[in-house]
Amino acid sequence: MSATTESELLRLDDISLSFKGVKAITSISFAVKAGEICALIGPNGAGKSSLLNVINGVYQAQSGSITYAGQARRRMRPHQAAERGIARTFQNIALFKGMSVLDNVLTGRNLKRRSSWVEQMLRLGRAPREDDEQRLHAEHIIEFLRIHPWRHVLVGTLPYGLQKRVELARALAAQPRLLLLDEPMAGMNAEEKGQMSQFIRDINREFGTTVVLIEHDIGVVMGLCDHVVVLDYGRKIGDGTPEQVRANPDVIAAYLGTRRSRAESH
Amino acid sequence: MLYREAGQLSTSYAMERRTFRLRQDRVGLWLLLGFAFIAVPWLGNDYWFSAILLPLLVLSLAGLGLNLLTGYAGQLSLGSAAFMAVGAFAAYNLQLRVPGLPLLVSFALGGVIAALVAVLFGLPSLRIKGFYLLVATLAAQFVVEWVLTRFSWFTNDNASGVITSPPLLIAGLDFSSPRGRYLLTLAVVVVLFWLGKNLVRSELGRNWMAVRDMDTAASVIGIRLFKAKLLAFAISGFYLGVAGSLWAFAYLGTVEPHGFDLSRSFQVLFIIIIGGLGSVLGNVLGAAFIVLFPILLANLFGLLPGGLIDSGQLENLQKMLFGALIIAFLIKEPEGLARLWQRFRQRARIWPLRY
Repeated sequence: MSATTESELLRLDDISLSFKGVKAITSISFAVKAGEICALIGPNGAGKSSLLNVINGVYQAQSGSITYAGQARRRMRPHQAAERGIARTFQNIALFKGMSVLDNVLTGRNLKRRSSWVEQMLRLGRAPREDDEQRLHAEHIIEFLRIHPWRHVLVGTLPYGLQKRVELARALAAQPRLLLLDEPMAGMNAEEKGQMSQFIRDINREFGTTVVLIEHDIGVVMGLCDHVVVLDYGRKIGDGTPEQVRANPDVIAAYLGTRRSRAESH
Repeated sequence: MLYREAGQLSTSYAMERRTFRLRQDRVGLWLLLGFAFIAVPWLGNDYWFSAILLPLLVLSLAGLGLNLLTGYAGQLSLGSAAFMAVGAFAAYNLQLRVPGLPLLVSFALGGVIAALVAVLFGLPSLRIKGFYLLVATLAAQFVVEWVLTRFSWFTNDNASGVITSPPLLIAGLDFSSPRGRYLLTLAVVVVLFWLGKNLVRSELGRNWMAVRDMDTAASVIGIRLFKAKLLAFAISGFYLGVAGSLWAFAYLGTVEPHGFDLSRSFQVLFIIIIGGLGSVLGNVLGAAFIVLFPILLANLFGLLPGGLIDSGQLENLQKMLFGALIIAFLIKEPEGLARLWQRFRQRARIWPLRY
């Protein structure tokens, strides 16, 4: 189990994180295979978002190591994570509110630019051709996620569900190998959840992107994901296929169990 | 009806990317430039050149400099006048100590030196933001003013600290007349505005806005915050430095530290707030407001029968009225004059229809 296999894209070993003595994550280890959709589930405050923040360098873990694409490391800055192909969305939409949908998606491609700002300012050299290339790529993503009617609209004026999709588009524009989604379906109705699940599945199949997502809706998780990791109070209590996790007594007790006990009390 | 947009379709990304996509806008811009370069020098008088147009142009440029930093990159600064002073004194000393250096080259080098100083005072922005950064940049204001008055080398050991700027000679032509100074300033300002407009629409401009709107998300998509912020300070410093040279050489005609005191920094800040943060045109509108309104008020008060209010109080009254007008305007339109113009243009595009 400890040997890194070819198909593993991401592997966490014994990761711990605390904030001024308050433990958020306690020695968590798990691995994500290339090309799979992996869900992190668990009650509020279980450390799911913190774990995503550790993976892409927003937080630095106090101990443990992360192996990504065959390279192990302790610390990484967020822009280094981006350079190595990790993109993400946030729980509370983190779009650039003063910019249009198109500009937001284009910022997702900032690492693909080769021309300097001087060339861009003078509109010389590589800049104009590159502008066309980046625009074309951004348009592909915009059409893929069907947000083209709003491409010139300021994102701050869009409804919530669309903003979520724009944020996904911005992350996708970077052509990531690993996509981290923090509650992509939070606050959505059943129809919107279905749509978003479909988009995530399409991204996974068409671009071969590995996805790690946090989601509270167990129905969605069981239907969408190949692999589920369950956290509770900063510890891992379950890890496996949806079927395995569903049958795990610890998971039932800590997470799904609340529902059963309520059912019993009736 | 003013805007006949029918048939003006973009058939390539390059066409859609144009700064002015509509033919009417482009024609309007060329007419305006023609008016400013040909008609104004022909029709204008010395009073208009020296008292209105020169400060308007230079302050627009300074406004753009600060707007790149504050309106686009989201970094607050109260050091604008300090960077203008660095530019002006650097250009003056280069003229003085490097024989044969062309004037425009010394303006540009002055801008580069101001950029370096701005980067130095921008370093705290990597750690602090908002009002704390404002206070840190305030340090630039005090340090620069102190250095320039304390060390007489900068003022060439001049006893009064006030130096008459050298004649404005470019390629053998003398631009020292009010008309010449206006044309020189206009040319520099137009070129720098064109570059600034390109800049904010480029990748760097987008990165700046990303840092302004949500810096965590910006770093997560791969934007290097420290590079984006320091470049904002550098480019802003360059613009302010060139504006400072123009202020001293073309407008005041003297180079003195007190032309660049804290109230000048506030003036530039007011210009971008009234004009509109995150706008290029707004700087011109804001500068026009700041320069023209007091003059307009003074003229209106001049119409009052003499002796009604004594002149000392009249001046105070003007300042109070000006302040009240700024407050009233900002309550009505917090996003500034640029937004007002945008809305007017939107209306004009569909006029006489309403929606």
